[in-house]
Amino acid sequence: MKTKGKPVWGLLGPYTLWAAVFIVVPLIFVAYYAFTDNSFTFTFDNLLRFFNDKSQMGDTEVRTYMLIFWRSLKLAVISTVICLLLGYPLAYIMSRASDRSQKIMMTLLMIPMWMNFLIRTYAWMTILQDTGLLNGMLTRLGLGNVHIIGTEGAVVIGMVYDYLPYMVLPIYSVMAKLDIRLIEAARDLGCNNYGVLKRVIFPLSMPGVLSGINMVLIPSVSTFYISQKLGNGKFFLIGDAIEGQYVANNLHFAAAMAFILMIILLVMMALIKKFTNNMAYGGEEI
Amino acid sequence: MKKIIELKNISKSFDGEKVLDNISLDIYDNEFLTLLGPSGCGKTTTLRIIGGFEQPDEGDVLFMGERINDVPAHKRNVNTVFQRYALFPHLDVYENVAFALRERKVPKDEIDRQVTEMLSLVMLSNFAHRKVTSLSGGQQQRVAIARALIARPKVLLLDEPLGALDLKLRKDMQQELKKIQKATGITFIFVTHDQEEALTMSDTVVVMSDGRIQQIGTPTDVYNEPQNAFVADFIGESNIVDGVMLEDFKVRFSGHTFECVDKGFERGEAVDVVVRPEDVDIVREEDGMLKGVVTSVTFMGVHYEIIVDIGGFKWMIQTTDFVDVDEHIGLSIDPDAIQIMKKSEYSGMFGDYSTYSDEAEELSEIELGELEEFESTEVEYED
Repeated sequence: MKTKGKPVWGLLGPYTLWAAVFIVVPLIFVAYYAFTDNSFTFTFDNLLRFFNDKSQMGDTEVRTYMLIFWRSLKLAVISTVICLLLGYPLAYIMSRASDRSQKIMMTLLMIPMWMNFLIRTYAWMTILQDTGLLNGMLTRLGLGNVHIIGTEGAVVIGMVYDYLPYMVLPIYSVMAKLDIRLIEAARDLGCNNYGVLKRVIFPLSMPGVLSGINMVLIPSVSTFYISQKLGNGKFFLIGDAIEGQYVANNLHFAAAMAFILMIILLVMMALIKKFTNNMAYGGEEI
Repeated sequence: MKKIIELKNISKSFDGEKVLDNISLDIYDNEFLTLLGPSGCGKTTTLRIIGGFEQPDEGDVLFMGERINDVPAHKRNVNTVFQRYALFPHLDVYENVAFALRERKVPKDEIDRQVTEMLSLVMLSNFAHRKVTSLSGGQQQRVAIARALIARPKVLLLDEPLGALDLKLRKDMQQELKKIQKATGITFIFVTHDQEEALTMSDTVVVMSDGRIQQIGTPTDVYNEPQNAFVADFIGESNIVDGVMLEDFKVRFSGHTFECVDKGFERGEAVDVVVRPEDVDIVREEDGMLKGVVTSVTFMGVHYEIIVDIGGFKWMIQTTDFVDVDEHIGLSIDPDAIQIMKKSEYSGMFGDYSTYSDEAEELSEIELGELEEFESTEVEYED
């Protein structure tokens, strides 16, 4: 779906300028800060610190930032998988519903996004607290209390809630464009519902799934604040770490962490893309 | 011959619009049958009911004597070549063709053998690992046929499969499809709005209009003995005039009494008379059964197409003799060139060429035609 031909420079001009000023230059600054110390002389120290900093956790010594990074990655992957598992069927149902129902479902999906991200997170705090709405309801139903707030589970719930629409929308838009005749053709050639899903709908929706994963995984890895509020600050994530260093005016180390995170995410996205491409268009096994 | 599919009193409505109105049709083994009609006539819906993509509101679909109304598409021994092919864009040519066999878990080497055989049947052996999106329309068409045929259906449904091809390619594919049908012995049910295509390819033509079957017959039958004004007009060019049956073998129209070969009508019964443009002989005015003035002459290559005004009614005549505009000529019509039809709801709607050469009116007719087509596509979107 690449369009070739001469780019229209007149139209591209403003975007090129925008990209230069707001994307390329800041990236250069991030890299520059990452590789320099406070007196702006070249150093690898900041980068090495990310990998080597150690601290005491209970009786064991751990590499602080590596621990935080792996935790961020773990929670982000869990959230992304849950978003995919919830979002894929929802996108499929939406794409096959009547026009009216599609509009209603789309609106319902979008409404939370109209509210401020902080407010949404605070709302989840009131729901998940030990004396919150959820436990109130469970108690009234005689089911006892659950302790969620301050656990990794609470952080995942918050992330899934925030990022679900970003998973649903790209998958939905690919599925809505899917030619109904392809589904009929698959049926015609002997596929039952499961076969149609597995052999036609799923491979053809891969581009949507891929961009959904992109749009959920990346912000989840670097998320902060949700973890502070719903995790009671117990689950420091890499986003929180960067924020913390930045607030503490440790710009060079903050930049180094951001830089490393960026590189890791780039590699991850490239791997996912290669993997899904093979799966969707490899021709052989699907 | 063995009946393979029977449609019994099928009716179908979409959003309260009746698309099929009490259709009954028998389809025989090894037959090339064409559903022919303008868009919105119900031909595609009929095909989709046979394929299992639509359920009839009323009536039964029988497959080799068994009722299959409730059998879903994937369990029917019927395969479809879709309009615009519907090839799987994520699979290459080979995998598109192998699709049905993979679903049946056929062993790998057997799949390989059958796909190779199919690809050579449709002359695409060198294209096995090309992306389907990189193929031309004609090649995609062949992939679609191979993909459907490899499932070894009893019946192959083809939904306007040649519609997107250019004229030359279409002619070649017509021959090829006919050849494939003969070679495989599979019953083909072919949907088209192109009457020429229907006449050249079919064993049986089913002419449809307004959700009803107008005539079922061999190509020669429907051309030479149309049953009503719609069929006469839709298949080929026709002059259709009002006539009165005086007695058996005698009909009067345009102020002259003609001998004909039809009988079995009431004395004095009003009828529609069809005369094909190529069946009219031009003679000297004084020798003519009918007399008229030439109003336009168009050179068509093989013949001239002339419009003749006979007492205010314009006839189309195809002739290899040159006549001039404003010339007074006589017309002679042999008894077997006259086809008598019962009056029908289509009487008076077709077969008058008075607007034919008039540019302004022709234009408005085109607009009207497009409007009708638009309306009918709304009623039956898949046509």
